[in-house]
Amino acid sequence: MLAYAVRRVLVSMPILIAATFLVFVMVALSGDPLSELRTRNPPPPPRTFELEAQRLNLDEPLLTRYWGWLTGLFRGDFGPSTQSTLQIGPELFARFVVTFRLIALAMLVALVLAVIVGVISAVKQYSGTDYTFTFAGFLFLSMPSFWFAILLKEAGISFNNAVGSQVLFTIGDSSVFVEGGTWAQFTDILGHMILPTISLALLSFAAWSRFQRASMLEVLGSDYVRLARAKGLRQRKVMTRHALRTALIPLTTVTALDLGAIISGAVITEIVYQWRGAGSFLLESIDRNDVYAVSGWLLVAATFIILFNLAADLLYAVLDPRIRYA
Amino acid sequence: MPERITEHAPAEREFTVAQRSQGQLVLRRFLRHRLAVISLVVLLAVVLLAFVGGALWRYDVATLTGDYSQPPSWGHPFGTDAVGHDSFAQVMRGTQISIGIAVLVAVFSTLIGTIWGATAGYYRGALDTVMMRISDLILTLPLLAVAAVLGHNVGGSWWLIALVIAGLYWAYVSRVARGVVLSLREKEFIEAAKALGAGDARIIFRHLIPNALGSIIVNATVLVAIAILLETALSFLGVGVRPPDTSLGLLVSSAQTAVSTRPWLFYLPGLFIIVIALTINFIGDGLRDAFDPQQTKVRE
Repeated sequence: MLAYAVRRVLVSMPILIAATFLVFVMVALSGDPLSELRTRNPPPPPRTFELEAQRLNLDEPLLTRYWGWLTGLFRGDFGPSTQSTLQIGPELFARFVVTFRLIALAMLVALVLAVIVGVISAVKQYSGTDYTFTFAGFLFLSMPSFWFAILLKEAGISFNNAVGSQVLFTIGDSSVFVEGGTWAQFTDILGHMILPTISLALLSFAAWSRFQRASMLEVLGSDYVRLARAKGLRQRKVMTRHALRTALIPLTTVTALDLGAIISGAVITEIVYQWRGAGSFLLESIDRNDVYAVSGWLLVAATFIILFNLAADLLYAVLDPRIRYA
Repeated sequence: MPERITEHAPAEREFTVAQRSQGQLVLRRFLRHRLAVISLVVLLAVVLLAFVGGALWRYDVATLTGDYSQPPSWGHPFGTDAVGHDSFAQVMRGTQISIGIAVLVAVFSTLIGTIWGATAGYYRGALDTVMMRISDLILTLPLLAVAAVLGHNVGGSWWLIALVIAGLYWAYVSRVARGVVLSLREKEFIEAAKALGAGDARIIFRHLIPNALGSIIVNATVLVAIAILLETALSFLGVGVRPPDTSLGLLVSSAQTAVSTRPWLFYLPGLFIIVIALTINFIGDGLRDAFDPQQTKVRE
């Protein structure tokens, strides 16, 4: 088990490093970090461009810049931003904390709902409930996340108007000023998270519930479930102890594989709800052609995806002895 | 009695049934899938409306009609926006662009991904490892973020956006194609072809690809729906198709502050995205059932 984990980590490292190289070169070649400076009116003196180019290491060859960035990372230095006052490292960290909070809660909600709906659909296959869930699943799969998020935001505003007070927050990740202690802050953040979490969760829920249904159907048709029934076990016990436990295993892999899509969905959701999270940081940095900031963002996202997949693989090995002993 | 026997067709004709090709079987099974057939009809109607109706419509995307923020009426079936653009013309143009991008993405990424994955899966060994690591590279990055970086810098023309998305999506297709080829190459008929002395090219093009075609077509269909959603998301974020051209995502984006005041600007483009993606997903579902070789049952 430990050897398996070590091997997986060793395989992931070169991929991660190659991915950072690809990303850095792609971002560095595709935009001009000084573009904002060039559009200024009146144009700044040539000396300003020289100094700025020097500060951003633009005078060095691309490979040297990459190497400088990569080695700097180990010292905790994410490189200079086009905005001279911005510290990329701490800013990235602060922004991603906000985003990961949203992602974690949305995934949890999506998983719980997907398992419940998937199992009900499978057990009551071809019933009215199953068809309703299936249609809803397809509908959510086909719905653009930003459209649904805006719709939910509008519904939240109408709800607040109907109630006459601000129950659901539709703008920002937290209030600027909160009275009271930690508890008040906690409920404030939670209040801001409700709508974005629903927006983000429903998209993954649609795909996962379809998957859970298929996985459950396969297990229900297997011989060992028939045996469990034949030996007279109660329906409830057959379902929970025998069928569901096995049917949950494949979902771990699918969850991990979808993480990239969920991060993308979180970017969109944050933009709609005007959060100061990783999403707005990415788009602002792209807009400024901020090579180091975009590369840093993608590095954090890629690391997170790789670690999560690793965890899913290890979990799979724990849950499924066939993998462990193979 | 003997007369009646002669009236019958010869016994051989009585019992042999006209041979059906694989394609005919698939078509029959697809046509039995009612939801998929209805979806196909709806999708064709939408495509026809966008390309023919959009071209014949009296207003162009850029036409300023002089009617500001009009709700839907006979003159403007989808209403107008605050600048005076006719929304029907805009939504039709957006649908053309979004469908164009999605089809281009599906074709390109399926072609590249299938060749990439099939080569890796067929030859195995070091080549497989290297090729799949390259796919993994792309798969470890959040697609939307990378597409946003590239989309921001290639400019807003629709086919460049399509190339950017296809340039990332082929990696997903290559995984699927490799998986299919890996399972096919161990099958007996491939072994038989090898025993008969068939070369690699013949095995790949005559045996592997025709048998993998079902999975590839189903995957490409679903890819069209995914590409539409990704393109609209990019345009929504301002890094996809940009003005003066338009796409369904851009239309939703510019209407997001007008949901309650001018709802037609927000709901109609959204509805078109959902209808297109939903019908394609249903068609993909029907195709999956139709291509499923385990499903041998064919009625009439």
